[in-house]
Amino acid sequence: MTGSRLPAGGLIDRSQKVSFSWDKKTLHGYAGDTLASALMANGETVFGRSFKYHRPRGIMSAGVEESGAIVTVGRGNRRDPNVKATTQELYNGLQASGQNAWPNVRTDFGAVNNLFSRFFSAGFYYKTFMGIPPMEWGKGTGIWMQYEKLIRKAAGMGVASREPDPDTYEHGHRFCDVLVVGAGPSGLAAAVKAAQAGLDVLLVEQDFLAGGDYLNQSSPEAAAKIKSALEALESAGATVLTRTTAFGLYDNGVAGLLERVTDHVADAAAHTPRQRFLTVRARHTILATGALERTVAFGNNDLPGIMTASAAGIYANRYGVLAGQNVVIATNNDSAYAPASTLLNAGAQVTVLDARAALSESVAGMLESKGMAVKTGSTALNASGKKGISAIETAEKNNDSWRAGSSIDCDLLLVSGGWSPVVNLLSHRGVRPVWDAANLCFVAPEHNEPVQMAGAASAVWGTSDCEESGNHAAEAAIASINSHAVAGRGNVVSGGWDAPIAPLYEVMVKGRKLKSFIDPQHDVTADDVRLAHQEGFVSVEHLKRYTTLGMATDQGKMGNIIGLALMAEALGREIPEVGTTTFRPPYTPISLGALTGRGKGAHFKPLRRTPMHDWNLANGATMTEAGLWQRPWYFARQGEGITEAYIRETITTRKTVGLVDVTSLGKIAIQGPDATELINRVYSNAFAKLPIGKARYGIMLRDDGIVMDDGTTWRFSDTDYFMTTTTAHAAKVMVWLEELLQTRWSDLKVHVTSVSEQWAGSAVAGPNSRDVLKDCVEDPNTVTNDALPFMGVIETRLKNGVPCRIARISFSGEMAYEMYVGSDYAESMMDLLWRSVQSYDGCLYGTEALGAMRIEKGHVTGVELDGRVTIDDAGLGAMASDKKSYIGSALRQRPDLNRSDRPALVGIFPKDRSETFKAGSVLCAENKMEGHGEGWITAVTHSPSLGHWIGLGYITGGYQPWNGKTVTAADPVRRGNIDVEIVSPHMVDPSGDRMRG
Amino acid sequence: MIRIRCPFCGERDHSEFSYGGDGSIDYPALDAPVDDWVEAVYQRENIRGVQTETWQHTSGCRQWLLVERDTMTHEIHSVRMAHEGVATLVEAGK
Repeated sequence: MTGSRLPAGGLIDRSQKVSFSWDKKTLHGYAGDTLASALMANGETVFGRSFKYHRPRGIMSAGVEESGAIVTVGRGNRRDPNVKATTQELYNGLQASGQNAWPNVRTDFGAVNNLFSRFFSAGFYYKTFMGIPPMEWGKGTGIWMQYEKLIRKAAGMGVASREPDPDTYEHGHRFCDVLVVGAGPSGLAAAVKAAQAGLDVLLVEQDFLAGGDYLNQSSPEAAAKIKSALEALESAGATVLTRTTAFGLYDNGVAGLLERVTDHVADAAAHTPRQRFLTVRARHTILATGALERTVAFGNNDLPGIMTASAAGIYANRYGVLAGQNVVIATNNDSAYAPASTLLNAGAQVTVLDARAALSESVAGMLESKGMAVKTGSTALNASGKKGISAIETAEKNNDSWRAGSSIDCDLLLVSGGWSPVVNLLSHRGVRPVWDAANLCFVAPEHNEPVQMAGAASAVWGTSDCEESGNHAAEAAIASINSHAVAGRGNVVSGGWDAPIAPLYEVMVKGRKLKSFIDPQHDVTADDVRLAHQEGFVSVEHLKRYTTLGMATDQGKMGNIIGLALMAEALGREIPEVGTTTFRPPYTPISLGALTGRGKGAHFKPLRRTPMHDWNLANGATMTEAGLWQRPWYFARQGEGITEAYIRETITTRKTVGLVDVTSLGKIAIQGPDATELINRVYSNAFAKLPIGKARYGIMLRDDGIVMDDGTTWRFSDTDYFMTTTTAHAAKVMVWLEELLQTRWSDLKVHVTSVSEQWAGSAVAGPNSRDVLKDCVEDPNTVTNDALPFMGVIETRLKNGVPCRIARISFSGEMAYEMYVGSDYAESMMDLLWRSVQSYDGCLYGTEALGAMRIEKGHVTGVELDGRVTIDDAGLGAMASDKKSYIGSALRQRPDLNRSDRPALVGIFPKDRSETFKAGSVLCAENKMEGHGEGWITAVTHSPSLGHWIGLGYITGGYQPWNGKTVTAADPVRRGNIDVEIVSPHMVDPSGDRMRG
Repeated sequence: MIRIRCPFCGERDHSEFSYGGDGSIDYPALDAPVDDWVEAVYQRENIRGVQTETWQHTSGCRQWLLVERDTMTHEIHSVRMAHEGVATLVEAGK
């Protein structure tokens, strides 16, 4: 096949020359070309090498069904593999290259695989994995990993860029009354009718031009129809999006659209996204998605120079390119005669092989007037040629089978094996297509979705019938929207050819070994399907997975039906009994970048900063992430790293005083006459008698008796409480309280309000913390030991007049206070406190020192309360009241939650005190490294108080049974195994004297 | 993609809501026997068809809702406030 540009005609703009490169050669095309049409006009024939056998592949179609001309476009960080040349719009400076070949697609050393093709047949991977018979040598995953590397290298689908994607992508949302997918004759008619009825219409077209099959009918009438339809849509206020694919249909009329904004532009403006992923919610959807012409399985049917009949017509009429001079057409239906006549008019020699015994009168009449050679009862058996077709051997009908016929020289073979309506989107909704025996294709059945099929997508072939079908679909949609009735299918009769199509899926002659491809992109042959059947695969779903038929980027758009027909034949059944595999989104590949949109990097998740974020940074904080929050990690001084900093911060706090931002804790205002009742029901410990002006530590369980969260609750009046939660579970606890009040206890008169953002919090800890407070509050007498004892709460003012609430509670184990002010006063509170803290040689500390101090004390956090532990496991059993009922009190009594051998919280020391160990290590009995071990380590720190590394964790039965025994902290893939001792979790100041001060 | 008609806020996308769980459960009293709690927490129907579920309009009015949804088709048959008192008020206000 050598294509050439026709002297005139087509929808290309011959005044706009476009320069592009193909495998480093500079070539020219015109505006309006696709990469495929431009390359064809330049005489290029080989576009890539096939997946397994490295056979040369050329253009097979003119659209999204393409599985031959799969190329790589762009370079550097914009290299995009597996682009269909048939849909890539040509632009100035486009760079494209063939793929899966070395050194290039014309000379490819990998083609040696073709000689070993019998080893690469269906199930090759599975069989290799199981070992190669008869001795099953090479069995096992180890050797498989070695094969796999080689196979990966040999098989290929192009290479993506390894660099980060420099482009931006956007997400958008739209609503409409009617979404029309496809702007061909039926889609345009439907959109115009619905829009003129006053409905909000969105028409989307994957092509860069609206018009669909009108574009392929080189006639002024067709062009006029597109123009008038687009004008009508514009004046009716409809939206038309070209270069936009509806890739999936979902629940409740939701469609996923991909709009390619700049994929056709050489130098896109910096502010434009490359693509937009649009979620559309439509009340009704009309699928005018057309039909795809399919091929036929015969020998070497993948040679460059073999394509669908309609494709050659499109190249001639739309792009002004003649695909070949000496053309043979093999068909089983009437549709191929239109392109045949187009090519004949363009000056090609055309021979038609029609598999049917007789022609319809209209076709016969046309042939007579044109002088076209036609052989009935004849088709293609085997193509020959080296890097492109040069001749075909025909097959002649012999009763019910074929026999070899004669040879015909040709440079282009066009095939029409019938048409498959694009029912993919409806299939996404779980509607299984049914077989239309008259038109030999799958069509939509009756269904209850608010979706209409129109035009060729419902197996209506003629242009005016398609327009009529579009009108009917629009009427049904209008009726459905106006009356909320489920609409019917419309009443255009499907079909439209004068003579019926004849079944033709595979051409073979007894005794001949042919290489007939049914899925050229994955190199699946007709023999692979028979082999799969022989090996016991009888379901089409299994056939698909075993042979990989239809699993390439084209998803079997051209070849699937042949595979089903061959499977049906092998099983001795009919196609409808075999059924079809389920189409799933996306209809055509979409980039991961579009799905990601802007949600990456810093925008991957929300960022929460405390109101003293800037203050922390100005005072030397290194920040860390705590869930969505940014929190100070440590405050390094000159020459310090993290370790030196947090050890100094811990020592300083325990020696004098430290100051830390604790704003990220969850805070909930609980108010109302039944506030006490609510709190008493959700906490496991007694709260009913908490005095006003006191705080209490509380633990919440889930319904199933497992610990949910812990925190403190402060009482300000009979009806006013302030609850703090952990940073991690703030939102969860809020939702939980709302759920209980609204769904279970609607009789309780309580209001819960999240005030996490309203209050900024800090903690002052250490022996001098009370003195710091005295310096900073308006009246020092309010914070004396008597006025503000351990667990006491006051509401007062800071020296600068800022109202604040203070509780004397401790997470560090030191005498400590939590102070909250309105968020706007955060920095003024910190300024005040920090001045005073400095005067006592105190320090700022971060989460690392906070962690060190709480581990020393054996205080639990989210890593210990991980959703698997009971209150007893966490060593807090004393906080479970047996005098009242509360959430979780029933189910925590279950026997398995009360076994004595459950893992319980313990402290951990390294046996050799100079050693360290790591969180996540598995605790095992000495020299018994097996299974899941006896426990695990949750947290580890260096303890400045003890002078060595310590940890917290869980171990079977808790501290007592392991007392004095050696335990191994197993960490085989990181630190190695370390011998440790199990101790009480209260490793520093177990009596709490320092805390009570 | 589910759309839920919140009685307060109107029809909104499901991304504004959080799924709760089985809305037909009548939770036992806190001091009820363990068996009653086992029944309520663990013995759930896996319904193919219409089931009552709780959803919270977390990014809206934060009300918990009782939603009748078809698990096969995602079709939503009814939405009402889970809190009886609020439900009555909303009904009265219509």
